[in-house]
Amino acid sequence: MNFINLLRIALKALQRNKLRAFLTMLGIIIGVASVIAMVAIGQGSKQSIQQQLSGMGSNMIIIRPNSNIAAGARLDAGSVQTLTIDDVNALQKKATHLSAVSPMSQTKGQAIYGNNNWPTTIQGVNPQYVEIIRQWPLKDGVTFTDRDVQAMSKVCLLGQTVIANLFPGGENPVGKYIRFGKIPMLVIGTLSQKGENAFGQDQDDVIMAPYTTVQKRILSTIYFQQIYVSARDENSTDEASAEISDIMRTSHRLKPTDDDDFAVRTMQELINTFSATSSLLTILLTAIAGISLLVGGIGIMNIMYVSVTERTREIGLRMSIGARGIDILMQFLTEAILISITGGLIGVALGITSAKLVTYFLSWPTLITEYSIVLSFLVCAVTGVFFGYYPAQKASRLDPIEALRYE
Amino acid sequence: MSNKILELREIKREFRMGAEVVRALKGVSFDVVSGEFLTIMGSSGSGKTTLLNTLGCLDKPSSGTYLLDGVDVGTLGRNELARLRNLKIGFVFQSYNLLPRTSALENVELPLLYNKAISAKDRRDRATRALQAVNLGDRLDHTPNQLSGGQQQRVAIARALVNEPVMILADEATGNLDSRSSYSIMALLQDLNQNQGKTIVFVTHEPDIASFSSRTITLRDGKVMKDSPNENRRSAKEVLAALPPSDDYLPAVEGAGAVGGETKGNEPK
Repeated sequence: MNFINLLRIALKALQRNKLRAFLTMLGIIIGVASVIAMVAIGQGSKQSIQQQLSGMGSNMIIIRPNSNIAAGARLDAGSVQTLTIDDVNALQKKATHLSAVSPMSQTKGQAIYGNNNWPTTIQGVNPQYVEIIRQWPLKDGVTFTDRDVQAMSKVCLLGQTVIANLFPGGENPVGKYIRFGKIPMLVIGTLSQKGENAFGQDQDDVIMAPYTTVQKRILSTIYFQQIYVSARDENSTDEASAEISDIMRTSHRLKPTDDDDFAVRTMQELINTFSATSSLLTILLTAIAGISLLVGGIGIMNIMYVSVTERTREIGLRMSIGARGIDILMQFLTEAILISITGGLIGVALGITSAKLVTYFLSWPTLITEYSIVLSFLVCAVTGVFFGYYPAQKASRLDPIEALRYE
Repeated sequence: MSNKILELREIKREFRMGAEVVRALKGVSFDVVSGEFLTIMGSSGSGKTTLLNTLGCLDKPSSGTYLLDGVDVGTLGRNELARLRNLKIGFVFQSYNLLPRTSALENVELPLLYNKAISAKDRRDRATRALQAVNLGDRLDHTPNQLSGGQQQRVAIARALVNEPVMILADEATGNLDSRSSYSIMALLQDLNQNQGKTIVFVTHEPDIASFSSRTITLRDGKVMKDSPNENRRSAKEVLAALPPSDDYLPAVEGAGAVGGETKGNEPK
């Protein structure tokens, strides 16, 4: 009995009971569709969390001064100033896993324009910070350059919150002079809206200026509060932070026995935490969907048993005209697999559609992954074989004499 | 044309029913040569059904040898028996056993599906020819519930013929039919036997039906009681013709479009 004949016989048998075949399929359809939709929702939310973190700079690494010991008492992290332009230069020169390095010198103060004023933070950075480390597009104007850094130019970029408070009338701030404390600064560009970060801080409440301007003109210091570094990609943050430690220890001339006088923080841990949470969510959703697939499989088994009992005489007849046990087994198995695979295909289509609908109507992020489609399809094919096998085997072991006379 | 199709030697069959042993066949021996039309008669409990199952390779004897077309059935396994049934035997059952909601053509094709050597086109051609041979050439696409009992049985006979078996084995093939349809089926079988040389073994309990065959074996208590050729063999065609005419009926064998007044049989469950 070749495969095409098997398929024909199975199709014929299913055609004789279209509604029943469809209802049996429905179990599988719902199972597969829910696996795909649930995984898509789980993956989607996971990805959106990761993107949020990426926007914060998930490959960002922050170097700060470490705590210090003074007279036996440990002091706060950052209580000492150890980071200088030499560290920045050393990192820029030696590091291989880094795409950008920027010093960070920041302070709070009052920004004033006309009769409006607003308390905000000014961050002194280099141009790479805006472009590479934070990947922060400009809304208007231009960014400052390395020449502005060298010249300690009194230029700045405004965040959207600052603009909203200093320019409530909606006039274009580019080209205007604002004052930060007592220092007048030319607004050369505006930063696009970034929104709140994962911790609820308003990222747009910021003014950015060349670090030399902030460091020398406002703070009058040679130290930086932090150095911001960007690893080449998210996966190389571990190597990058190890490399940073080496370079920083050399730059600070620490002996092997000395503790680090700086601390390296990566955002990767943050991402891992969020990923772990949403992975749990995905597992949970998948488990629920998997259970519904199992229920669908039991439905197949049930119907196949009914089908075998109902068609006992047919089986007897087929055996009497020359069907072997294996032929009968394959016939019923093909039917079961046909139900589950057809159900699986419809389920895949329905799952993808419902994931898209969820995105469209509820604007939940969804991500349809190939593995969820392949996996659920395989699972339902296996379900067909697994749950179809026992009824099919029962059919193949019938005694033709008894089957023929079965009432 | 006297080669032996069937050779039975001291066939015994015992069943174990709990503690008791039921001896259904107690040593049955006979031969059937090619071209014979044999009826096996016997009242219920005579071992008729057991013998039929044995002849049809559905069951194996407890002892004794059974040669079907020269093959010793006793030595074969389940799958080989299935193959033997497929190639050498055409079954016709009392309750037709056609697949419901399946066309006559597809029902007749069924045995060929289990024979890998036959292509789809060949299968179709042979099934069509078999249906034409039983005068149902114009009913290929009819499903069993669109056919009368007699027509359904003729589809079943076509299904038995399609594999060109060495023997047609009929089990009370007229049992569900009224006498007119019965005679028409018998006329068809006689035609197949006499004009095409088909060997037919027909199990029945009706002496009336047995009189159409060339030889009758009567079983009693699991033994052959009587084995004799029929001297006054009747022709089913003539009997049919002698029946009072009925305006909605035409003899099946004579007219190609013979359809109509046969009583609708029960559909197989």
